[in-house]
Formats: sequence, structure tokens, C-alpha cells
Amino acid sequence: MTSTPDGNLLEVRNLRTYFDTEDGIVKAVDDISFTLKRGDTLGIVGESGSGKSVTNLSIIRLVPDPPGKIVSGEVLFNGNDLLLLPNQAIRKIRGRRIAMIFQDPMTSLNPFMKISRQLMEMTQLHLGHSKSQAYTHAIRMLETVGIPDARIRADNYPHEFSGGMRQRVMIAMALSCEPELLIADEPTTALDVTIQAQILELIKKLKRETGTSVILITHDLGVVAGMTDHVIVMYAGKIFEQARTSEIFALPGNPYTKGLLKSVPDPTSEQGKLYQIPGQPPDVAHLKPGCPFAPRCNYVQEICHREFPPFVQLTADHYSLCHFAREVYSESGGTPIQS
Amino acid sequence: MSTEKNPQPDDLIHIPPEMAIAEADVRSEEAGEVVHGTSLWRDAWRRLLKNKLAVFGLVVVLIVTIASIFGPTVIKAAFGFTPDYIPTNDQQLTRSFPPFTGPNGEFSWLHPMGTDNAGRDQLARVLQGGQISLFVGILATLVSLVIGVSYGAISGYFGGRLDNVMMRIVDVLYSLPYVIVVIVLLSMFRSQTPRGQLILLFVALGSISWLTMARIVRGQVLSLKNQEFVVAARATGVSTTRIIFRHLVPNTLGPVIVYATLTIPQIMLTEAFLSFLGFGVQAPLASWGSLAADGIQNIAIFPWQLIFPGATMALTLFSLNFLGDGLRDALDPQMRTV
Repeated sequence: MTSTPDGNLLEVRNLRTYFDTEDGIVKAVDDISFTLKRGDTLGIVGESGSGKSVTNLSIIRLVPDPPGKIVSGEVLFNGNDLLLLPNQAIRKIRGRRIAMIFQDPMTSLNPFMKISRQLMEMTQLHLGHSKSQAYTHAIRMLETVGIPDARIRADNYPHEFSGGMRQRVMIAMALSCEPELLIADEPTTALDVTIQAQILELIKKLKRETGTSVILITHDLGVVAGMTDHVIVMYAGKIFEQARTSEIFALPGNPYTKGLLKSVPDPTSEQGKLYQIPGQPPDVAHLKPGCPFAPRCNYVQEICHREFPPFVQLTADHYSLCHFAREVYSESGGTPIQS
Repeated sequence: MSTEKNPQPDDLIHIPPEMAIAEADVRSEEAGEVVHGTSLWRDAWRRLLKNKLAVFGLVVVLIVTIASIFGPTVIKAAFGFTPDYIPTNDQQLTRSFPPFTGPNGEFSWLHPMGTDNAGRDQLARVLQGGQISLFVGILATLVSLVIGVSYGAISGYFGGRLDNVMMRIVDVLYSLPYVIVVIVLLSMFRSQTPRGQLILLFVALGSISWLTMARIVRGQVLSLKNQEFVVAARATGVSTTRIIFRHLVPNTLGPVIVYATLTIPQIMLTEAFLSFLGFGVQAPLASWGSLAADGIQNIAIFPWQLIFPGATMALTLFSLNFLGDGLRDALDPQMRTV
């Protein structure tokens, strides 16, 4: 396995994924760049439809085509552009080196296959395991993710498992080939709160043990705070803000991020009313020129409706897409570097 | 706005330490009993058994099948004649005996269904005809399973232009009047031997039997392919062939089984119809259709020549249809109220 000298496991450059719909061209992901260091966890936050999932589907080339199409960009995984690989080669990477966990564990397991067979399929395919090897490995993986009586449970069908246990199975499947990158697409959204905490703890623990890098897609800021090293905030297919996790919570440099943070209910406050960002996310098929967040923004000026905002560098690794990024950042209490 | 306290990361982590205890609790609860849910098949079987008509159908189909398979052999062992045995002494040649009647008009177990014009035992012929009728039905259904399921699954999974082309081909084949096609096919390649004619019949029936199956499976796959488990399977690097045949096709089994059960009587009826017209099975081989065709010529004098093959066929077709309906009700998730 080759590793780029700068320790970047994944480098996404100017990725654009468009959907050709009857309504016009939807720019689900529009010019996105980010990097992920080996062993790091990256959080991607945003409202529904902001392009979080499409970004990650684009990375392993699973965007449904048609109508979706990766228009341009590079996805460098260990220095190789995944977008240029032939189908055969990308299949060898999927599951083996980049694994994915999906949002809804109720539907992401095949209802007609035994748990053990679904797990065995992975290692038989990628590690060339024999049937008995794969079975032993499957049992071990189920034990690792905390399925009690793994030996008996392995012969169950998915409908005999609870939601939390199915998500554990998904994690076991994802990690059974020890991938270098784990993409978790809202892994806890469909689960109730106690199970959420368990699943996140499990991902954290397994990440510690295996050293896997993780991309965590979520709209739960609490999850991001507890799990990630870096955060990307997405809106309307664009990266609005990008920073270290600690920084983004303390010193947000974008009005949208500020709004998101304000919307998190604060248990210590007595006030009854919850804050919400006014308005609706824009229709990405019909974006007006200017900032897509302008109609909902507290800081909006005339220029926001006219010109697309610049991607402003605030500190060494803190960027914000806003005409007034510096002002917002200063207001939060930070000192932006001069460009 | 600026007077607001900025939330600190620590406030936001919603995994408080006491959760660790809750986690342990939940886990031990999860560890408890292994719940054995009833599987889809067991559930369906239970519902099927509650349906009296379907059970009746199942029993009749089983009896007819077993009798057809072993009957001729048993008769050969017991009475010493095969279905195509034509007695040579003059007395028996002269006429067709009614059921349960011996050569001299006395009661006899020798021919429970009587004999035909040539003196062949009717029961043995009906059973042998059953062999061929069932075999034709099952074989054509197997063809429809293999071709129809693959064709439909591939068309549905790939979608787009390929789907369009494949389904238009099915539409065209559908729109051809199949009886005429089969008749033309059978008379063009008319074979000299009865066995050759039989094979030709299989080919003709097989080639038309898979169209509806392809449509049904395509519809199923269309609705299944967007489910997350398919994306999940793709995300683990499973090949397309494997996704179609290992992940999608097993999920279509319910409707496929139902439709296959209903295809068997349909094909048998078509076979009977063709044999009746003289295009199908040729003597000395018999099918229920050809026996009925022979019988109808003597209906006024020797009615049992028509009644027995006809009744057996009707009973079997009814039973297969009852069974198919029962299976459909049993496998339909919308009917879970029972």
C-alpha cells in the first residue's frame, strides 16, 4: 500500500456531482475539496439535501447513474484517483479498503440472507477466505461488535435482530476486511438515543483499535463534537465552513454555522422556545446568483444577493464561505489571519 | 446575537457518563433470550393450511402426481399390461369395455375406467397421459422460471435503454397470437416420431411461457433495486451478477412461486388444447388432451372414453388453481390479518 508523503489518506479536489432531473440540473455537490489524514475522523454536517451523502457516494462511485453524474474533480485515495479506475478495480476497493455504513439498518441488510452469509460474502470476496474461514471470521466480527451469543445469532435472519443489533452487524460487515476508510452515513439517525450512544461508542472503540480513518456524516452536532477531529459544514452542495472541531464550536466563522449551533437545544437554559434558522433550504435546481444562504441569513447585505461569496481563509485550517467571514469570525472572538 | 454565549464543545457532547451504565443495561437486556420469529415461509405455510380449498388442491395434486408417476408401473406389475398394450384376442378387440366390466360383461376390477377402442386399459392411459401432461406443465414452467426470471431481473436491474429494448421484445412476442405461432411451428417441423413431436411441443410451449414471468420479475426488481441493501451490497464490492442473482432474485421468490404454480395448469391446458387439435402428443403416447380428442369421437356410444380423461384433467387443473390462489393469499403480506 502506497501512502502519500503528506499522510493524506483521502484527498477530494473540486468534486462536482450533478443530477439531471426533469426540473433541470441539480448541482448536488458543487466544487468540493477536502482532505482526510490517515487515522483522523472527519465530520460532515448539513441539513437534508445539502449534498452530504452524495459527496460520499461519489467517493466510491455509487451515485446512481443516470440521473447522477460526477462531472469533474478528483478523488485521490492513497494518491490514486478513484474516479479514473475501471469498474473492476473500484469493486476491489469497495468494502475492502473503503467501507460504508448506511443510515437505516432496517433496510440495508438483505432480508433473505442469513446474517452469517452476508458477513461471509465480504471476506470470501475480498480476502479469498474459504467457507469455514469466512464463517469463523464472521463469528469473531459479531463478537467484536458486541452481539451476544454470536454463534447462535449468526444463523438468524435480519428480521430477528433489533435495529441497534442490525447496525452492529452493518459495522461488523464494514470492518470485516479492516478497511482504511470507513464512511458512516448517518449511522445513528434511525436508532433511538440510548442505542445511538452505544453505536457511536462502538465506532469510536473500533476506530481506536484498528486505526481506521472515518468520515462521519450526520446532522447531529452533538455527535460531531464527540467524535471528530475536523468538521465540514455543507449547504446547498457547497462547503460553507471547514475547521477543526474544537474551533468550529468555539469560533464559528460563518453565519450558517452560527445558526446551526444556535439551533442546538441548550439543556441549561430555561427559555422554552427553540431557535431555528428561518426559511427553507434553497431548491438546488434553481439557484440564483449570489450566496445560496442569503435569504435566510442574519448578516445579509446587498452584495450577498449579487455575488457568490469567496472562500475565505480565517486561520491555517479554518475556511469559511461568506462575504463577511472575517467579521463573523471576529465577532465570535477569533482573530483572522490577513491574506 | 453577539451577547449570546457561544456553545462550547463540551456542552454539546450528548453522551454523558451515566450513559455508560444505561449502555450496559441495554446490552444485558439485548443479551437475553434469542427471539425466534416465525419465518416468512413458516408463516405462509400456516396460512395456507387454514385455506381448505388450497389444502384440497394440494392433496389432489399430490395424489395425481404420485399416481401418474407410479401408476403405470403398478398396473404393469399387478395386471401385466402397459398403457399401450393392445390385446390380440378377437373378443377384446371388438369393443370398448365400460368401467369395471370384464370381457363377458361381468363385474371386474381389471379395467376400472374401461378400455378404449383398441382395448387399451383406460386407467393406465390416463395415468400415463398424466405423466406427460404434468411433465409438459412442469418443464415449461421451469423454462419460464429460468428464462423469465433472468430476463426480467436483468431488464429491471439495468433499467434505462436496455430495459426498454428488452421489454419491447416481450411486448412484441406477447402480441403474436401464440396458438397460431405454436401451430405453425409444430406443423412446419412436424416430426416423424411421437417422441420428436413431444420435444417440439416442449420447445413451443417453453418459448411462450416465460413472457409474463419476465414482466412480473422485472416489476419486483424495479421496486427492490432502490432499496438500501442493494446499495449496501454494491458498497461492499459485490459484482453485478451476484447482486442480481444472489441478492435480488431470492427476494422475488414469493410472487414467482405463486405465478409458477398458476403457470403449470395454464400450460397443461394449452398442451391439452394443442393435442386435442392433433398438433401435440401423438399415439401411442397419450396426454389428457389427446385422450379427450380420441374420446370425443365416440362420445355417444362409449362416453367413459371422454369422461375419465376429461374429469381427471379438470380436477387436476382446478386443484392447481386452488393451490396457486391459496399460495398467493398466503404469501401476500397485505393479507397478514389472518
